[in-house]
Amino acid sequence: MPDIVATEPPKPGGDRWNDLLSLVADTSDKEAFAQLFRHFAPRVKAYMLRLGVDGPGAEELAQETMISVWRKAGLFDPRRSGAATWIFTVARNLRLDRLRKERRPCLDPDDPMLIGESLPAADDLLDSGRRELKIRQAVAALPPEQAEVIGLSFYEDTPHGEIAQRLRIPLGTVKSRLRLAMKRIRAHLGEEE
Amino acid sequence: MTCPSYHPPDEMLMAYGTGSLDEASSLLIATHLTLCRRCRIEVERIEAMGGGLLDSLAPESLSEGALARVMTRLDGPPARSRPPQTAAVAGMPAPLWPYIAGGVDALPWRRVGPGIQQVFVASGPIARARMLRVAPGVVIPQHGHAAGEMTMVLRGGFADAGQTFEIGDIEVAGPETIHRPASDPEEGCLCLAVTDGPLRLTGLLGRLLNPFLDL
Repeated sequence: MPDIVATEPPKPGGDRWNDLLSLVADTSDKEAFAQLFRHFAPRVKAYMLRLGVDGPGAEELAQETMISVWRKAGLFDPRRSGAATWIFTVARNLRLDRLRKERRPCLDPDDPMLIGESLPAADDLLDSGRRELKIRQAVAALPPEQAEVIGLSFYEDTPHGEIAQRLRIPLGTVKSRLRLAMKRIRAHLGEEE
Repeated sequence: MTCPSYHPPDEMLMAYGTGSLDEASSLLIATHLTLCRRCRIEVERIEAMGGGLLDSLAPESLSEGALARVMTRLDGPPARSRPPQTAAVAGMPAPLWPYIAGGVDALPWRRVGPGIQQVFVASGPIARARMLRVAPGVVIPQHGHAAGEMTMVLRGGFADAGQTFEIGDIEVAGPETIHRPASDPEEGCLCLAVTDGPLRLTGLLGRLLNPFLDL
């Protein structure tokens, strides 16, 4: 099997991962999957560890996430999200399924009851990578105390209480910082309230 | 069909997108997302933050041979479509289907007051979700809440304190809220409500109803 990495130096940025994930979906390309695995599996493991999962559990969830990525690759829609974002949602849902043993009610984008367009606005459709880059820039431009609560939100199992404890601030302050952060991000993306 | 006017608070959308929200509250949020494009875009944005974060985490090495072991488990080609859902319930958003199998009318409704019926559809250690069915033109006795409650309209509507709530709209009530919602005089109201604490009735009628009205 030719080594794609050796003949074609990796492009930085999300497009390369989108292309690889589409190859997995369209042609069951195992080499493309291996490249996704090498990049994302160690990061999914790091994400699980940050969430407080122990070493063997994080290892298992990382492997299971990548198996789900293979099985569900056909549902990846690059118009909707980039590969990193899609893999994040797979990892998030898998952890909830396995560790909480709870159902996670999920939006079905094909629901006949759906009100409004299912896809992002037409001018954003071409490039989920660019759209997501703008969101990352908006987060990076937040005041540090707002960026902090956004970042910590991804590493807790119950909403906001753990952040409040960790930062020794009242729960109400966590919520108001989150609201301010979201408002600022909307403003950064040029949206009216 | 227009989008709802009253949305969940940002921090609830955040908790849903990051994966820290409990099942009952997630049921309400996922159902709202079906009915609200504005909040779908918000959640996609939160998930994109998650993607950015995942991408920027310092990698943690997997065990020796992990890739090879995973490769042997890739059984068959990737799926082209979503796995089959629970049976559809006509006129109801898909996230609710597993909770109301057989349809709204077949649920074990329990009368909790004049013209008011309810049925619990999801209960967890943090919050409980129930459906509320209110006949046309019924005023729910003035009451307050020990903790928080979010009530979303699925069919019909209600009015409270000068505001009108229609399909997809969420009324958020906190410990300080004392309210007296009235169902739509023509259609009544079918709601999904999530409560994270017991409800406290105020007023004379409320006190009289209190033992019967487990709202």
